[in-house]
Amino acid sequence: MELLLLITVFVVALFLGVELITKVPPTLHTPLMSASNAISGITLVGALLAAGSGSGILVNILGFIAVTLATINVVGGYMVTNRMLAMFKRK
Amino acid sequence: MSPNLIYISYLVAAVLFILGIKNLTKPRTAVLGNRLSSIGMLIAVVVTLFDQQILSYQWIIAGLISGGAIGLFMARTVQMTSMPQMVAILNGFGGGASLFVALANVWDPAAGGEMVALISIGITILIGAVTLSGSFVAFAKLQELISGQSIAVPGNTLLNGLLLLVGLGLVGLYVADPSLTWIYALVAVAIILGLVLVLPIGGADMPVVIALLNSYSGIAAATAGFISGNTVLIISGSLVGASGLILTQIMCKAMNRSLPNVLFGVMAEGG
Repeated sequence: MELLLLITVFVVALFLGVELITKVPPTLHTPLMSASNAISGITLVGALLAAGSGSGILVNILGFIAVTLATINVVGGYMVTNRMLAMFKRK
Repeated sequence: MSPNLIYISYLVAAVLFILGIKNLTKPRTAVLGNRLSSIGMLIAVVVTLFDQQILSYQWIIAGLISGGAIGLFMARTVQMTSMPQMVAILNGFGGGASLFVALANVWDPAAGGEMVALISIGITILIGAVTLSGSFVAFAKLQELISGQSIAVPGNTLLNGLLLLVGLGLVGLYVADPSLTWIYALVAVAIILGLVLVLPIGGADMPVVIALLNSYSGIAAATAGFISGNTVLIISGSLVGASGLILTQIMCKAMNRSLPNVLFGVMAEGG
């Protein structure tokens, strides 16, 4: 894909990220941090492509380590956020 | 699955992440936000499995099962009071994942020697390794495996600056001459930088540091996306990177601290 297009996407997403977070009540600081931490586990997509590529056993093993770490991040991140939010649930 | 279909699914996933973060900023909709974002992640992962670049599944399945089991176990057993260090260690794994994605691309003959890919690999290794080691120090401090107090590193600010410059220099050397020596040195320097960055910061400021490291792991995911031009990595990574930085600022304000104070003025306060 065109590099300039990717850079455009990158910069626009950066500004969007800044605009998304405005007023956050302090009780939501940790859950929000935890949830966005889970989103950064999106690197799992890159890890899957490396672990399943036909580029040799070393690439696959490095990819396997990346898949494992990213999956811990994603599964743990979403579940932990869910547990935190469950505490605030009103009747 | 055709590449177009995959990229449209990535767009849907990115939109779900954006809606997820937005909803997570309000108490009433936070649970929904987390759900939307997790659905986005599921879509991104499932369509990637149908990518034609994937030729074999044994390593993928092994990684998904072992990572899923460990993540599940950690999330189930962690005490509510230990949440900050839990987020720290999960974030460390995320940074580590980006580091290993970059390393896999170093050894991938199909990755080619294009300059953009080489720069992205170098930067991803730098940020990923800093996130990994920094997050583990944050975890160790909060878990009281090491002293939660500020641990003085002589000439801290100067050392940080120097290590960062050396790291960037090594990225430059790797781009000019893609040899493994630079990669090994870069990983080592970045890991030390992460340690030196977080060791001097006191336990009370740790939530702010974790928020900052979370922002770093987002940027690492985004730069990993530039290695092979993957849009979902770039969008989601930069979203987390930017929103994480703003959240860091908001948390600093709520705790009556300034970010430079947390990062550099630590000696006077001593945690």
